[in-house]
Amino acid sequence: MGIAFSSSAPKQSGSPLKSGKIVIALMLPGLLYLGMFFMIPLVSLLVTSVETPDASGAIGMYQYSFDLSSYQHVIVDYAPQIGRSFGFAFVATLIALLISYPLAYFVGIRLRSRPLIQKLTLTLVIAPFFISFLLRTIAWKQIFADDSATMNFIRGLLHLDPSVHFLGTPGAVVWGLVYNFIPFMTLPLYTSLERLDLRYLEAAGDLYASPAAVFRKVTLPLTMPGVISGTLLTFIPITGDYVNASRDFLGGPDTSMIGNMVQADFLQNSDYPSASALSAVLMAVILIIVGVYVKRTGTEDLL
Amino acid sequence: MKEFVPAGADLELRGIRKEFPSFTAIENLDLHIPAGEFFALLGPSGCGKTTTLRIIAGLEEPTSGQVLLGGQDITFTKPHERPVNTVFQSYALFPHMSIIENVAFGLRRKKIADPLAKAMDALNMVELGHVAERRPQQLSGGQQQRVALARALVNRPSLLLLDEPLGALDLKLRRQMQIELKAIQMEVGLTFLHVTHDQEEAMDMADTVAVMNKGRIEQMGAPEALYERPKTAFVAKFLGQSNLFVGEIADSSSDSLSISVAGNRISVPKARAEKQAGKIAIGVRPEKVEFHRTEPAAASHLNILGPGSIRDIRFTGVSNQYLIEIPNVGEVTVFAQNVGISPVIELGEKVWVSFKVEHAFGLADLPVGDEE
Repeated sequence: MGIAFSSSAPKQSGSPLKSGKIVIALMLPGLLYLGMFFMIPLVSLLVTSVETPDASGAIGMYQYSFDLSSYQHVIVDYAPQIGRSFGFAFVATLIALLISYPLAYFVGIRLRSRPLIQKLTLTLVIAPFFISFLLRTIAWKQIFADDSATMNFIRGLLHLDPSVHFLGTPGAVVWGLVYNFIPFMTLPLYTSLERLDLRYLEAAGDLYASPAAVFRKVTLPLTMPGVISGTLLTFIPITGDYVNASRDFLGGPDTSMIGNMVQADFLQNSDYPSASALSAVLMAVILIIVGVYVKRTGTEDLL
Repeated sequence: MKEFVPAGADLELRGIRKEFPSFTAIENLDLHIPAGEFFALLGPSGCGKTTTLRIIAGLEEPTSGQVLLGGQDITFTKPHERPVNTVFQSYALFPHMSIIENVAFGLRRKKIADPLAKAMDALNMVELGHVAERRPQQLSGGQQQRVALARALVNRPSLLLLDEPLGALDLKLRRQMQIELKAIQMEVGLTFLHVTHDQEEAMDMADTVAVMNKGRIEQMGAPEALYERPKTAFVAKFLGQSNLFVGEIADSSSDSLSISVAGNRISVPKARAEKQAGKIAIGVRPEKVEFHRTEPAAASHLNILGPGSIRDIRFTGVSNQYLIEIPNVGEVTVFAQNVGISPVIELGEKVWVSFKVEHAFGLADLPVGDEE
């Protein structure tokens, strides 16, 4: 007994150590990647955000200090952009969800009996990705241009004044955001609807649930993981988007978002501390919103 | 706040037919189940029994025909508007709800007063009150089955449908659940329709059994009646075992018919024969057959075959099963009770078999392979 125990003891403590080394070796490329392309830039960003202008006064030159004034500057001066970013992201995510859920439901559940049509429809959802989103966004700019046939037709249809325009308004930006990000909403929703066991829906109907109650009590809760990942995959990139709101695309003077300010500070104003501070603020707000969202929907265990 | 609708209703199916794009699942099915009865629909897989159940539950629409519950036509009523509940084969317990919420689901939808207290009573009835707060995934198969039963029964449906709910359980648990299910049915007095492919389960639990095959009901009746007098070769073979002998009617007296099989005369009482002319099949249950080492004396009340030889002996505990090969007749199965005094017999030994004419039954059709 004693011998067997003592001889097996080193083995027991040895094997996890051994496999621990293998695990570390296997994780090394990933850890290196994360360190080089995520941790170092993140630290560099945070360090830059607290720098102050160089004593020499040269433009674009900064020296290390611990100065939080950039944060104060961006939070106060860019408040409209920050508000707009999250406002646009919220509205666009909601619209994308309202469009995507019925679409994903149709493809994932109604088309189950026709696998070929199901796959074709799914391809159509992804098909726009084959063309650069810049080109597609510019196409929308053409379509919504003030003197375009589309706008003339819409103005005629609704008896609107010829001065009424759409391009450059928050509506046009949200339109572009919804259009560009809708596949990120549809695909996760499709995945969870396609896997949904329809026997639960039958059981709910058998237990006196009307179609509306079946949806509310069974379908929606069971596809909540898809809703969560879809909304996160849409909401997070939209808050940082700088293409749709840009004046070169669908935006106007009063539609700029955080991304546009970061871009301007980094590339035009060479105000690196402000750009960094704004990025850090964006990241912090997203982390808080996502944390509260996941907690509130009670889906930590589903994620 | 509403209260429960009072107990069971009778179910009637009139000329139900269900066609799918590639096949006909049910052809012209007529069925009447009186209120408060435990009715079993028995058949092999693919016979249309589950489709029948789904039509009654409202999950499928019949191509033609009517479903009446308590005299009311519910053929096109939506599932959630039918006073019918189902215990599904897969149980289909909602994974995102606790056990108690699963059981209370139907009550909440119908806005019955005090759903949680009633759900708890139902859970206690199936002895699972202690798992009320758990999730379905944390329960064993047998426990899930009982939750599914409680979830359906708590609504006091006019008709409870059971879709092979015991199929996934092991033998011991299944026996226990069969007894519990029967006890609950007697206690609550609801109409139960149990769909199963397990003939022992059907005979054991049901007041009436309908044997279904290829979309039709072959025979319907009390389990004893079905067993003692199967009317078709399918029922004779599917419900228990049978020895079948096929031959032209050779002789007919006032009260019996006889066929001749390889020189052996086999008689059946006319009252127990479905078909009285031409080529017929006569059957007998294995436990009604005896074997002898010496040729028995011929008697008018006895069918004697042989000699043949013992091909196989199986010891099953309560009885021994003997397979006897009789030249030009075929194999005859004999069950002999293991009372400790059965003759010690060995493989290959020469024996005669006999059974009483009164135990024979004449079928309406011929077994597969012997059709005209």
